[in-house]
Parts: sequence; C-alpha cells; structure tokens
Amino acid sequence: MTEIDPRAKEIPLDDNVAPLEQNVDLFKTPAPYGIDITAAAGLEVQTRSQWDYVRRRFFRHRLALIGLFGLVVIFGAGIFANFVAPYSFSEIDLNNILAAPTTAGHHFFGTDNIGRDYFSRVVWGIRTSEEVGLVVAAASSVVGMIVGAISGYYGGWLDNLLMRITDLVLTLPAIAILLTAAALLGSGSQWRTTFILAAFFWTGIARVVRGIFLSLREKEYVEAAKASGAGDLRIMFRHILPNTLGPIIVNGTLAVGAAIITEAALSFLGFGIKPPTPSLGVLVSDAQTNPQQWWLTVFPGLTIVLIVLCVNFVGDGLRDALDPQQRRIRA
Amino acid sequence: MITYIIRRILYSIPVLILSTFLSFTFVSLAGNPTLALKANPRFSQNTVDLISARYHLSDPIPIRYLYWVRDVFTHKLGSSLSTLQPIWPDIARTMGHTAQFIILSEVLAIILGVAVGIYSAIRQYSVFDYSFTTFSFLGFAMPTFWLALLLQILFVDIYLKWNVRIFYTSGLNSPGQGTWSLDRLQHLALPIITLCIISFAGYSRYMRASMLDVINSDYVRTARAKGVPERKIIMRHVVRNALIPIITVASLNFGALLGGAIITESVFSLDGIGFYFINELRNNDLYAVMAYLVVTSVAIIAFNLIADLLYGILDPRIRYD
Amino acid sequence: MPEPILSIKDLVVEFKTDDGVVHAVDGLTYDVFPGETLGIVGESGSGKSVSTMSILGLIPQPPGRIPSGSAMFKGKDLLKLKKRQLQRLRGDEVAMVFQDPMTSLNPVLKVGYQLAEMIKTHYPKQKDAEVRTRVIDLMRMVGIPNPDARYDNYPHEFSGGMRQRAMIAMAIANSPSLLIADEPTTALDVTIQAQVLEVLKTVQAETNAATILITHDLGIVAELCDRVLVMYAGRIVEQGDVHTIFENPRHPYTIGLMDSLPKLTEDEEALRPIPGQPPSLINRPTGCAFHPRCFLSQGRLPCHEEVPLLRPVDGGTEHYSACHFAEELVGHHSKFSSPVAGGVA
Repeated sequence: MTEIDPRAKEIPLDDNVAPLEQNVDLFKTPAPYGIDITAAAGLEVQTRSQWDYVRRRFFRHRLALIGLFGLVVIFGAGIFANFVAPYSFSEIDLNNILAAPTTAGHHFFGTDNIGRDYFSRVVWGIRTSEEVGLVVAAASSVVGMIVGAISGYYGGWLDNLLMRITDLVLTLPAIAILLTAAALLGSGSQWRTTFILAAFFWTGIARVVRGIFLSLREKEYVEAAKASGAGDLRIMFRHILPNTLGPIIVNGTLAVGAAIITEAALSFLGFGIKPPTPSLGVLVSDAQTNPQQWWLTVFPGLTIVLIVLCVNFVGDGLRDALDPQQRRIRA
Repeated sequence: MITYIIRRILYSIPVLILSTFLSFTFVSLAGNPTLALKANPRFSQNTVDLISARYHLSDPIPIRYLYWVRDVFTHKLGSSLSTLQPIWPDIARTMGHTAQFIILSEVLAIILGVAVGIYSAIRQYSVFDYSFTTFSFLGFAMPTFWLALLLQILFVDIYLKWNVRIFYTSGLNSPGQGTWSLDRLQHLALPIITLCIISFAGYSRYMRASMLDVINSDYVRTARAKGVPERKIIMRHVVRNALIPIITVASLNFGALLGGAIITESVFSLDGIGFYFINELRNNDLYAVMAYLVVTSVAIIAFNLIADLLYGILDPRIRYD
Repeated sequence: MPEPILSIKDLVVEFKTDDGVVHAVDGLTYDVFPGETLGIVGESGSGKSVSTMSILGLIPQPPGRIPSGSAMFKGKDLLKLKKRQLQRLRGDEVAMVFQDPMTSLNPVLKVGYQLAEMIKTHYPKQKDAEVRTRVIDLMRMVGIPNPDARYDNYPHEFSGGMRQRAMIAMAIANSPSLLIADEPTTALDVTIQAQVLEVLKTVQAETNAATILITHDLGIVAELCDRVLVMYAGRIVEQGDVHTIFENPRHPYTIGLMDSLPKLTEDEEALRPIPGQPPSLINRPTGCAFHPRCFLSQGRLPCHEEVPLLRPVDGGTEHYSACHFAEELVGHHSKFSSPVAGGVA
C-alpha cells in the first residue's frame, strides 16, 4: 500500500500549464526551491486531494457500484422492514400452510409450515443479519485497530502478550471456538451472538494493523517527527494510523459479509440466534423439516448469498480504490 | 532445521497448556456437569454421586483441570461423562472418517484450483477468466450449510423422482459396507463436493492472484528479455514461484479442516470428529469436548509447523537455523 | 560511414490508461553504430526505457500500442517480426541489462542455472558441461569471485553489485551485437556503481558490442558514452557526440540538466533546478513540450505553436538540437566546458 505522508496532502496534477506571463530571466536569477518557483513563473498547477482519487477510482469499478446498489436495496429493505414486509414475521395463517410462491396475498416467497408469510420472515431476517454484520464489523475494527496499534507501536512484552492471545484464538478451529463460546455465554439473543462474533473477529484486523505499525515505526518520517518533539500518541495518530485506514476499511467491509455468514451458520446449528428473533440461519434450519418445499430453503440462503456477494464486490472495489500501487487485477 | 522444529514444538507446549486450561474453564463454566448428570434419566442418584466423586466435580476448576490432564495421559483422554465410555476410541474413529473425506476433498480442490488459477492468469480477462471469477465470488458468498442442504435436497429429489441412488445424502455407509467401498464413496460424494466447491473458490482465486503477481515481476521480465519461450517461462519460472504461498495456505487449511468440517458433517450426519464435537457440546460433556479441543489444537499446531517447513523447503531464501 | 546496426525511424508508442492515452514515445529517430556506446539521457517519463523495450516486444501490447515507426536491425524490421522471431533474437543478438538487480533474478533458481538458461535457450544442443564452463568463465570475466562455488548459489546469497555483474554476464553470454543497459547502476551504492561501470567498460572492450546506455546520470554518460541523445517527453531534444554536448549544449533542457548539478570548483549560492514539473504525457503542452519550463522561450509564439524539429547546429553534421531558438545559445558554455581538475569528460 502506498504510504501517505500526511504532510503531503495534495498530489499535483499536471494538466496543461499556462504560458509564461512575465519576462523573467530565470537563467540568471538564483532559483528558490520547488513549487514556489512554479508560482513565481506564473505557472498553474492543478491539485486534487487523496480522497478525490480514491472516490474516482471506486466509482470506475462497475462491480463495486453494482454491489453498492444491491446493498442499498437489500439493507434498505431490512431497515424499512416495517414498510416492506407485507406481514409481521410471526403472523400465522393456518389456512394457508406450505403454499408455494405466488402473487396471491403477496406471498412472494410462499408460506411456511404454519402459514407465516415467508417473504416477510426473510425481510425481517435481513434486518437481523445487517444489524449483526454491521455492529460486529464496526466493533471488531475499532478494537482491532486499538489493540494492533498499541501492540505494533510499543512492541516488547505488551506486543508479545497481545499476540499470544490472538494466537490462542487461532490455534483452535474458528467454529469450535464460536460454538463453545455460544455454549458458555448462552445463545438465543442477537446481542450475545454479536458480542461473541466481535470478540472473535477483532484478532484478524489487530494482526494487520500491528503489521503496518511495525513496518512504519522505523520509517524516516517517524524519526523526523520524534526529532521535532512529537509525542507517541501524536505520532501514532497523525503519521502511522492514516496508513492503516485503507486496510481497516477493506477488512471491515469484508468482515460484514463474514459475520453474516458466520452468524447464519451458528444459528443454523442452534448455537446462534434462536426464535422468536428472526434469523436467516434459523429459517434454513427450520426448512429442513420440509425438504420438498424448496422455497423454504432456497430464499433465505439466496438472500445470504446476495448480501455477501454485494459486500464482497464493494470490498473488492474499495481495495482497488485504496491501493493505487496494486496492479489492476479487475474483480 | 531440527533445532528449529524442536524449538517450535517446545514453544507450542505452553500455548497448548494455556489454551486447554482456558477451554476447560470455559466449558466447565458453560454448564454445570452435575446438573447435566442429574438430568440424565439413565443415572440414579447413586451413579451421579459416583461420577461426581470420580471426576472430582465438586473441586474448584484448577484442580479439576489437573485431574483432567492426568487423565489425558493415563487414560487416553479419559471417559465421557455421559456415556462413561472411553473417549479415545471414539476420537480415533471419527478422526479417521473426517480425515478420509477431507483428504479427498482438499486434494481435488487444490489440483483443480491450481489448474484454473494458472489458466485464468495466463488468459486474463478472457471468458474463462470471467466465468471462474464469478464462480469464485459465488463460492465465497455461499454459506457451507446452505450448499450442503441444496445438494442434499437435490439428490433426495432425484431419488424420489427416478428411484435411483446416485449419491447418498446422509451417513457414512449403508449397512454392511466397508471403509473403502464404492458405497462409502457414494456416501462421501456430496460432502466432498460441498467442501471442494468452497475450497476450490479460494484456491483458484489465490493461485490466480499469485500468478499475476509473479508474471508482472522483474525476474520474469528478465526471462523474457533472455528470449525464453513464453510456455517455458510460465512453467519454469512463474508457476514455481506462484505455488509457494498456495502450498503453505493449503497446509494451514488442512490443519484447520481436521478440526472437523463441523457444518458439513452435521448436515450429512457423518460420523466425523466435527459431528462428534457438536453432539458432545449439546450434551455438555466436558471431557469429550476437551478431548476434541486438544486433538484439534494439536492438529492445527502440527500443520502450522508443516506449513512453515514446506515454505522453507520451497523458498531458498528462508532457512531456519 | 559504417552501416548502423540499429536504425529506429519515427517510432510512436502509446499506452491506453483509464486517464487517457499516454504518449510515451512521440516520433523517435536515431541510429546506433557497431562498437559505439550511445547514451540516452532523460528524466523519468521521458520515454527512454520504453523506446528500447518496445522494439524488443517487451511491453505488454494491450495497454501498449506501437501505431507507427520502424526499427531496422540487421536488415529486419523488429516491429514487423512475429513473436517467435523476436523471441529468438532476444538474448542472442540483442541483450538487455535491467535496473534493479535485487528483483531481476528468480529467487528460487540458482544463479548458475539462470545464466546457463541464457545459453541453452538459444543453443540447446550445447553439452551441459560445456555450458557450465562457459558460465563460470563469464562470471570470472565480470569479476565475481570464486565462480565455481558461486554457480550453485541462489540470488539472495549475492550482493547487489554481484547480482548486477551476474546480469551483465548473462547479457553477454551469447555475444550479442547490441547490448542495452537500462539504468544499470541506479539502484546501487555509489562505490558499487563505479565497480559495475568498470565491468561494463571491460565487457564492451571484450565483445565490441554496440551499447545503448540509458541513464539519468550525466556523470555516467561522460564516463562511458561516445554519443549522447537527450530525450524529453518522448522526443529527442538534442543529440551529438559526448564532448560537444558537454562543452556546447544547444538546448535549454540540456543546459538546465547540467546546471542543476552542483559544481565542485566554485561557490554557488543556491542550487538551480529546472522549474516546474515534467509534463503530463496524456495532455502534452502544445508546440514544444518543454516551453512551460524553458528560460529561453519567454512566451514566444513558435514555442507553443510549433513542435521544433531536430536541426543541425553549429554548422556541423554531428550535433542536432530541437529548439526554435537554438542559435541564441551560441556562445553559452555549460559548467563543464572549462576542465574540472581530475573530473568529468
């Protein structure tokens, strides 16, 4: 990832430059250094900020835009579930059980074994998933960033300790840890599951941030900042942290998808979210009793696939946009 | 090199101790085993008391941990709290089953993934490349349990409609069939396909990225400037370098999968170590769960070590001493 | 007049990027004669590397494109050759040495193997033992100590300077008629630079290959080259033999380059860089590409209307400059026109 020296906020872009206005004999006069002389010569230089570049690059990425659009639609449906879902997720209609998808009565996804409208259940499930996904990604990113920063910057025994802790998490298979944690902390509640997932996901981003801190800690501009009297916190925040934002953003985005899939898996196995809270994983699990009614299995799963697909597209686009050095390996 | 291996092994011991202790504490706090025992209708109060005494269930956790450690070495991981049967034979058997289906699945995934990755990189942006990129993205977005279920439903449907069993949808064997029979393969086919698809998505993307990295490197440019034909460049220079990270990732992956492809095994009701674990977890069987965690930790640590060693063998820049 | 071994005419190379079409090389014409060392000088982005790599087929053709031009080498137009034919030429008749020795060798293959590959690719019938002997001889020629043992080393066991020597050995393995060295010493420490330059000189003397030396370092040019081309924004702005260029530069850019070097024998108040930034190759300035930064131009009309063509200056036939007002520079002597004690040229 290209480093961003925070002092160099702008990258001059050399489009057409204006011709000389005055009759300055630059050949004879001793020249002051750098951009000043350009100004003195009456030359113009256009500048664009770093974030402009990132934005431009992102929007050129077609897949990322499709993903973004998809996410807006799907997550929007979740947020506005009240309005989007024609029924509540628990409304029972025993006259209409196991109906195939149809437009009659707005049962677009059919009904389940006690007549609840499946489309509504899926939509409410989306809301749960997006809540879990976003919170887990945000929380784990923040915690991971702090831990990684401290660990990478200070090194020493603190670094060792923190890294051993993350190692512990890594020497056991992920699912096993999550299941065990769920067994311990009790499952069923959406927030318990969110907490468990966040407590697991932070380790990944912590390692990445730590790596960046370790490598940048020795760089010259950090030494320069120290020499000019900057304190540790200032160095960490102003100089090194901006370089971690890119990977954190990408990682955080992809974590949303990973968290959603993991929560669905946990719920499917019965260790995550339990009814009555709607969860796409629970829906798939319940569908196992009625394998003949394909819509019961397909729709919630398909929704998960679509969400994660869109998240991954956006994440990929962000990764390309934030790392100008990377070869354009499109999608 | 040997000293490195020994050092790594020695280093993992405290990690293992710490992780098992934490897990033990975790699981013990998760559910009071005495309660679980009492709830078990097969046990009379007398039996419960016996078991309590035997497993020192009334002692504080650290003490219980030490007893457990002793049991690990003397009684081969001890006996299950709920069935009072020795654990080790169960673990060995289930581990064997898991290993069987994982090896088949991963080997297939690696071979296909590497091949597709190489070709995608050589023919970047072609139809082939785009199709497999799409496939990989789908693979990443697909929850394992859903894929497994879909395959299951599909093949149950086929059976019901046309009365022919292509692949079985649950269990390891039909009655009377052995470990290395066609019947076993038919039972394992769907789990293997499930796992293989998901792994393949990862390997093919990773290999493609690695190939592209190498193809654009300076030393490949040198090889071109030398006039080496493109095909030789790919085979001799590019693939060799691109394969290194894949091999190590595959090794790490394998270690993690030995912890049981829990989800896949659950859906297909396979008698593997993952399925074993989740059942014992539901039963709150402390010793069985601990046994599983120990075994899988050792597997992961071992394969981590193997991954590092492989990397050292393949890349001459890395030398452990 | 001897026949040139390489004759490039009106070469144009473009790259299609997301920001627009980059005109990397814009109508390049020059000759290289057998046995001579031609220096190509310019800043990054001047097109100096692209020009040589494009004629050898080493630039990826999307996004690169060679819409026009010709490159005659020993009677054949390189730009019209098929991939296979170019491939056979590379490494055998034309060889390249690249800039960064740290990354230019395959890290998982032994150095000796990679040098041998150069020979075996073009002469597959040679016996292994003979090839090995030849490689060891080459390594000895370029000054790699203990070549027998070093043959089986991996690149990371070589230092930067040794790796570059190995690259040079590799390049001359098949006695090419044309050697192209693209910034061969830029990535090395100064003391190592000197050593590698000595190796280049030795190699030139031994093989008498025509050499194109691409660099931005005027000092190297002064040491090694017979003739010099100065490139800017994809075009040649001045060319001539090395003494003339250094003593009587006739293009404001060349003068600017030389003036930006600190002078050892006098006091100076401040450094004098060339003002401004290198031009965008997507949106080039109209007319002369250098005019926005030129002290001589002073806003005059021809400078931003007409592209100046290379014209002979000083009445001779060996010194050319592409400046509308090159005559006004007559009598201007650069820093290097008076001899510097024990120094350059």
